[in-house]
Amino acid sequence: MAIEVLKPGLATSVQDMGRPGYYHLGIPMSGALDQESLLFANLLVGNDEGAAAIEGTLMAPELLFHDAGIVAVTGADAKVKLNGMEQPKNESFAVQAGDRLSFDFMKLGARICIAVAGGIDVPVVLGSRSTYGLGAFGGLDGRRLIAGDRLPVGKASGHARIGRRVDAALLPALSKEVPLRVLPGLYFHRLQEVSTKSLFSDAWTVGSEADRIGYRFKGGTPLQFKERKPPFGAGADPSNIVDAGYPYGSIQVPGGKEPIILLRDAVSGGGYAMVGTVISADMDRIAQMQPNNKAIFVPVDMTQALAARSDRHRRLNRLREALSA
Amino acid sequence: MSPRTLPAKARYSFGGDEHLFVELDEEMSLPAFFKGMAICNELRRRKVPGVTEICPANAAYLVRFDPDVILPEEVQKTLEDIEEELRDSDLTLQTRIVEIPVLYNDPWTHETQMRFRERHQDPTSTDIEYAARINQFPSVDDFIAAHSGAPWFVSMVGFVAGLPFLFQMVERSRQIEVPKYLSPRTDTPKLTLGHGGCFSCIYSVRGAGGYQMFGVTPAPIFDPLQQLPYMKDLMVFFRPGDIVKWKPIDREEYDRTIAQVEQGSYDLRSRPVSFSLKEFLADPDGYNQQLLKVLYGD
Repeated sequence: MAIEVLKPGLATSVQDMGRPGYYHLGIPMSGALDQESLLFANLLVGNDEGAAAIEGTLMAPELLFHDAGIVAVTGADAKVKLNGMEQPKNESFAVQAGDRLSFDFMKLGARICIAVAGGIDVPVVLGSRSTYGLGAFGGLDGRRLIAGDRLPVGKASGHARIGRRVDAALLPALSKEVPLRVLPGLYFHRLQEVSTKSLFSDAWTVGSEADRIGYRFKGGTPLQFKERKPPFGAGADPSNIVDAGYPYGSIQVPGGKEPIILLRDAVSGGGYAMVGTVISADMDRIAQMQPNNKAIFVPVDMTQALAARSDRHRRLNRLREALSA
Repeated sequence: MSPRTLPAKARYSFGGDEHLFVELDEEMSLPAFFKGMAICNELRRRKVPGVTEICPANAAYLVRFDPDVILPEEVQKTLEDIEEELRDSDLTLQTRIVEIPVLYNDPWTHETQMRFRERHQDPTSTDIEYAARINQFPSVDDFIAAHSGAPWFVSMVGFVAGLPFLFQMVERSRQIEVPKYLSPRTDTPKLTLGHGGCFSCIYSVRGAGGYQMFGVTPAPIFDPLQQLPYMKDLMVFFRPGDIVKWKPIDREEYDRTIAQVEQGSYDLRSRPVSFSLKEFLADPDGYNQQLLKVLYGD
C-alpha cells in the first residue's frame, strides 16, 4: 500500500503523537498539533491511537491511492472528496487503487487529519514518526510533503472497517472566536499592572505567522514590562531574560508587542520573557485557529486547569468507548 | 548576590498544568547554572514517576510532568527538597571536556556578515572586530586568545536541535559581552560560532540567527544520520554540563578536517572529567589549567 502526493497543499506533514523525552537537547515534541483529531482519525480506521497520519494545514493535499484501503478524515471543516464525490467527515470510508482524495478550502478550523488503516509507515526516529522540519528528520525525509512523494502504509489491523463514525456532538465546536485558558505565571510578575489586565481583556487576532512552531497574535494593546536594570546576561530590553527553557504552550512577548504561543515544533528555549501558559486542555483548539480568527485569553488557576484536563479526558474516553466497537 | 556565591532560593512557577519552571537567578552566573545542573541530575537519578522532561538551562531549569501521574505541588515539593539538600554540599559534576576546532575569521561567515551589514550596530567593521573593540581588546588576535584561552560550560542545549549555549569559565570582569544584531539575520552558515550577550553558541543547523559571528567549526555537532564516530550514540553531540575548549585552527587544518569528516573518520578529542564548583571558585585559572591537563595530558 502506498499513497502518492499529487498536490502538497499549504503545509502538509506526517505526524503522530510526538517525540517527548529529548527537549533538554533542543528537540521539541513535534506531533499532530490537534492531538484529538489524530486520535479519532486513527480509531476510526482501527489503528492504534498514536499511529502516524497526514496533517494538512488550511489548504489540504490531494492524494492518489495506489492500493485499496480504509481512510478517515477529522479536524477542520472542509468538504472531503473522492474522485470528486463528497465523502463523510469523521467517518471511515473505503478507497480503491487509483482513487483521488481531495478537499475544498477549510471554512472553519485550520488542520485536517487524514488517517489510513495501517498508519503511515515512515521510519521511527527517536521514538516517533513525526516530522521535525527545523531538525530535518522524522516524517518523510524530515520535511513537509511535496508533489510526487510516495508514503508507505503499514498493515491494517483487524479492527479496520468502513462506516465507523464519531458522534459530532462529542467533538468540540469550531469557532472563529476561541477562548484560550491561560495559567498566568513564569515572568507574569514583570508586567506592569495595566498590562496584566489588558492581556486578558483584549481580543487578540491570529496573525499570518501561525504555524507548527508558534502562533503570533496582533491587535491587542502592547504589553509593558516594568523598567529595571538588566540582570547580567539578559539583554537590554525589559522583555529579555537570561535564556531559559520555554514550556510548550507558553506565551512570550518579544519587545512587549505581539504575544506568541509556542507550539509543538517550537524552539525549546530563548531569551524572551513568557507571561503564562495555555493549559493542556486548550492546546488542540489553537491548532484549529485560522489567521484572522480571534482569541480571548482567559486566566485560570491550577485547580481550574486540572479540572479542564479531567473534563477533556472524560470526553476522550467516551469517544474511545464509542469507537472501540 | 555576588557572582561567586550560590543563589539563595529559587523561584518556582508553573507553566500550565504540565510544566514547572524554576528560575535560580535573574542574572547569569556559574553558581546559578551549576546549582540547576546539580538539581536536574539528582532529579534524573530519582526517576520520579510522571516526570517526563528535565531541561537545565543557563540560570533556570524546566521540568515537564504528567499531572495524571504526579500532582503539580508534589513535583514542586520534590524539587524544593532537592534544592534544600544540595544547599551546603560541595557540588561536583561528572562530565566530559571536549576540544572543538574553530576557524576564526572564516570566509563563509564573513560573506554572510557582509550581506547583513545594515542590521549591525557597526556596519563598517566585521563582527569580530566590533566584539574585540567594545570588549577593549587591543587586537582581534588578542580577542581570539581570550575567547579560546579559557574553557566554556555548555549551560544549555536547545533553541533548535543540539544547539549549545556556552558560558566562559572566567570571572565576570573577563566575560566577553556583545549585543545581538539589531534585527536577526535570515541566514547563518551551519556550524557558525556565534556570541550574544555573555553566551557563545554553535549554530547546529543553517538558519536565522541574531548572534555576532566569529568563525566556524568543521566538526558537525548535529547529524540525524549519525555518521561520525562521536555521533554514534545520539544525533545530538552536546549535553548540558559539557566543558568545551576552543582550538583555533588555520584554513589548512580546517580543510584537512573537512576531508576527514567527509570520509567519516573524524573524531573529537574528549575526556571524562569531574568538576568541583568549590575548587573552581577558589582558583578559576588554576582549576582551568587542571581541566586542560585532563584533556591533553595523555
